[in-house]
Amino acid sequence: MAINLKARVMGLNGNAAVAYAMKQINPDVVAAYPITPQTDCVERFAEYVSEGLVKTEFVTVESEHSAMSACIGAAAAGGRVMTATAANGLALMWEVLYIAASMRLPIVMMVTNRALSGNINIHCDHSDTMGARDSGWIQLFSENAQEAYDNIIQAVKIAEDLNVRLPVMVTQDGFIISHAVERVEVLDDEVVQNFVGPYKPVYPLLDLSHPVTYGPLDLFDYYFEHKRSQIEAIDNSFPVIKKVAEEFEKISGRSYGFLESYKLDDAEYAVIALGSTCGTAKEAVNALREKGKKVGLLKIRCFRPFPKAEIIKALAPLKGVAVLDRSVSFGGFGGPVFTEVRSALYDAPSHPLIINFFYGLGGRDIYPEDIIKALEKIENVVQKGKVEEHIGYLGLRE
Amino acid sequence: MSKPKGWKELVPGGIITEAGNARDYKTGDWRTERPQVNKEKCINCFFCWAYCPDGSVKVDADKGVMVGFDYDHCKGCGICASICPSKAIDMIPER
Repeated sequence: MAINLKARVMGLNGNAAVAYAMKQINPDVVAAYPITPQTDCVERFAEYVSEGLVKTEFVTVESEHSAMSACIGAAAAGGRVMTATAANGLALMWEVLYIAASMRLPIVMMVTNRALSGNINIHCDHSDTMGARDSGWIQLFSENAQEAYDNIIQAVKIAEDLNVRLPVMVTQDGFIISHAVERVEVLDDEVVQNFVGPYKPVYPLLDLSHPVTYGPLDLFDYYFEHKRSQIEAIDNSFPVIKKVAEEFEKISGRSYGFLESYKLDDAEYAVIALGSTCGTAKEAVNALREKGKKVGLLKIRCFRPFPKAEIIKALAPLKGVAVLDRSVSFGGFGGPVFTEVRSALYDAPSHPLIINFFYGLGGRDIYPEDIIKALEKIENVVQKGKVEEHIGYLGLRE
Repeated sequence: MSKPKGWKELVPGGIITEAGNARDYKTGDWRTERPQVNKEKCINCFFCWAYCPDGSVKVDADKGVMVGFDYDHCKGCGICASICPSKAIDMIPER
């Protein structure tokens, strides 16, 4: 990451970084309900509203189901709309998430990742976002507060692109990112405003001279065609995500892809992870590199749409891959990242051996030593020449 | 309705961009029984017209007579036959 000497540097936690980005974006409507560990973000944003620093209509609602419903109404009316949630709040939004995507409403939402109950837990895992994986939202994961800030700003432009017009979810790991103060380079308000540009509503309900209907009955005769066009829309987001990242690099000096490869060029083994664990994994990779091991990390930034071609390109040359999953698909063949990555590799010209580790559920800490263990395990598997056990656990007491 | 459109021809998000087009949706093919009026028994009370949930009873308001049914939209619910005070409407099975 290039350091921009002209940038303004602030000490912000992840929630504050996102709230600050929201202030700079200055959306028309924010409808949100507080939930740990996201609360801090919407509280700060509510302060910006009360201080008159934004023109946003802040809608206080009685639940997350209502928050997303209000966002849908506001977006259909023709406004630029944002919100934030976490964990069970996201789960409560579940049915309305699908509606937001189906109606092609470019809502941007920050999700502070937290474990789903039960038992009740407020700390980080990815079960909340993975539960919303199939809802039709674009999903961008952040490694740190800087990426959460940068992703939120890019998300607005991705969501609103006329070839996409889909809601975007930007995640950050609960507490690990959301509550840890980091050095964050922020852009000037004007630069952010110019980047996102004025909002161009499409089929706004408030355009009374062109009345439209949102969400009509759609049965066996047309529902399938509408889903097909939704598949097309999210596929269309690939070039848009790339283009927006390139434009963002010009204003920030920071580059983003669907994936980030860390020391993969000559690597034989790699770990794959999402979110803050990638920072820890870089430590582990560095430690093993010092011992002469050819290891690397593949970080997935964009999980939906799933960048299959890039995954194949990055992983096919490797001998072995350990996929880290911070959520469980109970009864499934591995976690959501594992199943997706393994499926992508089926068409690859060559196949690394691939194993899966569950880790970090309910906020269980993960250390570089855990990731070293995962990399040593996959090296061991490759030496044996076959995978005996696909699924393992890191940091779990037997 | 004209030939069903393919997915590429649809307005994104299934949004309806013209008002009042419910008429184009022919719900008559949902019907399993068709109402048939016997005008010899019909007393033109308009109960069927008032009760029809789909506005599918046709009347000539100037002459004050019930004239029949809009079979493009009648779903065959049978409320008209049930409410008719002179038992002038029969429900005939569709084949």
